[in-house]
Amino acid sequence: MTANHPIELVCPAGSLPALKTAVDAGADCVYVGFKNATNARNFTGLNFTDASMREGIRYAHDRGRKVLLALNTYPQAGNWPEWTKTIDAAAEMGVNAVILADPGLMRYANRTHPELRLHLSVQGSATSYEAINFYHEHFGVQRAVLPRVLSLPQVEHVIKKTPVEIEVFGFGGLCVMVEGRCSLSAYATGESPNCNGACSPGKHVRWEQTAKGMETRLNGILIDRFADDERAGYPTLCKGRFAVGDDTYYAIEEPTSLNTLELLPDLARAGVRAIKIEGRQRSPAYVQQVTRVWRAAIDRLKTDGDRFAVQPKWMAALNNVSEGQSHTLGAYYRPWK
Amino acid sequence: MKLALGPHQYYWPRQAMMDFYADVADSPVDIVYVGESVCSRRHEMRLEDWFDVAHVLAEAGKEVVFSSLVLIESESDLKVLRKLVGQPDFRVEANDMAAVQALVRAGHKHWIAGPTLNVFNPATMDVFAEQGATRWAVPPEMAREAMDGLLAGCAVRPEVEVTAYGRLPLAYSARCFTARHFNLQKDTCEFRCLQHAEGMPLKTREGEAFLTLNGIQTQSAKVYNLLGDLPALQASGVDVLRVLPQSEHMTELLALFRRAIDGEIAPAEAFAQSQPLMPEAPCNGFWHGKPGLEQYVAAA
Repeated sequence: MTANHPIELVCPAGSLPALKTAVDAGADCVYVGFKNATNARNFTGLNFTDASMREGIRYAHDRGRKVLLALNTYPQAGNWPEWTKTIDAAAEMGVNAVILADPGLMRYANRTHPELRLHLSVQGSATSYEAINFYHEHFGVQRAVLPRVLSLPQVEHVIKKTPVEIEVFGFGGLCVMVEGRCSLSAYATGESPNCNGACSPGKHVRWEQTAKGMETRLNGILIDRFADDERAGYPTLCKGRFAVGDDTYYAIEEPTSLNTLELLPDLARAGVRAIKIEGRQRSPAYVQQVTRVWRAAIDRLKTDGDRFAVQPKWMAALNNVSEGQSHTLGAYYRPWK
Repeated sequence: MKLALGPHQYYWPRQAMMDFYADVADSPVDIVYVGESVCSRRHEMRLEDWFDVAHVLAEAGKEVVFSSLVLIESESDLKVLRKLVGQPDFRVEANDMAAVQALVRAGHKHWIAGPTLNVFNPATMDVFAEQGATRWAVPPEMAREAMDGLLAGCAVRPEVEVTAYGRLPLAYSARCFTARHFNLQKDTCEFRCLQHAEGMPLKTREGEAFLTLNGIQTQSAKVYNLLGDLPALQASGVDVLRVLPQSEHMTELLALFRRAIDGEIAPAEAFAQSQPLMPEAPCNGFWHGKPGLEQYVAAA
């Protein structure tokens, strides 16, 4: 391994119990959001109040871990103060970094709280070193999360050409679209990840047992229909079966999870500084399972180096919590189709 | 109010593209966005061909803008971008932050902040305006009310361009959905997009037209159409209406928009007359702050 820095494991927490679980299971960083539209997992029953945020930060810091606050939606003129107040609160509470997508907010954060570390969210859609360097030069961004669109050599090339630390997604639900550049949910429901922090939101979902099978709808649009022997999945609109020409199939994406565990040595060699686990909307049990496996793998990489090998029990544990119980390398593997 | 033809979203044979823009040169459009903004594998039109088209359009009195690639993945994508930014004759629409970085480095002062830059609030508009953006192409998913709020709050009001017609570009991916349909890898896609002049219709399992697959881009099935909302667009002070290219009736549509903008025909009548020129049903939900696929009758 030529990497000079250990890879940080960045784990999701949609609640205080999930945060504590992530810390106990070995996360280096936990990323969280407040209970409002300021972050891209604005789901009912999820996220942190001021009080639970303070307790979570204390819990993590007492154990030498970091807390990163996701503030990665795009505010508009009418709701701007809610976002800036959240940045102020984050700075005052002592989070280790805020994860932003909006350039206006970055400037606000940079000017108002110059000591506050800024990460560029995946929602910022920065897929090249030129884009990333813009955020670095203008707002002092110190880390960027890459959208799930680049191949492994492309990731490596970006890292060579930027002083900004690079964080990549390692595991979890797979957005097949460039994050921050997808209005499919807005088109179907009026609510988008960009502006509302939600994709295919639950209040627009309808499950209906019909003579033809279990039908899942989003704002009335048929996303999928399941036979009795099929497990009906949540109708995320890009993961349904649709008709194109004479074929009915997963025309955009299967319900599957990204899993790059086997690429871990390559990611380390490329100079990736942090690996992100997706899933703030998932349960503490998921967080525990995934965090334990990735902690073990990263630790094993440190000791085993080039002899590193993925253990079958790790893959089995991850597949257990994968969407559709299957996984893919996504765009890291160029022939992905 | 000016009329713009937005960047071409589809992959057509070179001659079809040349013929299309020859017609556009004779049409009553003020601004034409050219260049490949969707897929870097599309090479029927070489960059030199685009420059030829641009010069012909400029000689016909059009303002020509080069629209940059939305999804930049490789060093060769960046090289093309640097060529666009390095040419002295035409303005550039930045559809990605890499384009902004290149424009700022080169000291450009009159570029266009494209619809995929995600400019949603006054503070972000100010950032880009200070860096030389003088026109803002509003993200299609942004409602009129939010647009008005941005314009009221920004330090220097930019020229405002609203997408007013066409299948809406809704998403971009590293995956090519056209290649996927034919079970091909993107790098060996056989350029199947060439056989689908307006992309491939995607329908729900009950036959409802929902989306359109266009290579790495996903579009709406329905056609966004704000002709009936023209009074509101004018009241909000929108400077430019963007019409996106389609394969048939293009010049008729541009002429219809021109007449509506110039007040020669009432907006409701223009909207009615546009119906037979559209490949699918209309929608205008985004403008009204609703799901994009919905259609609202404009308030009088």
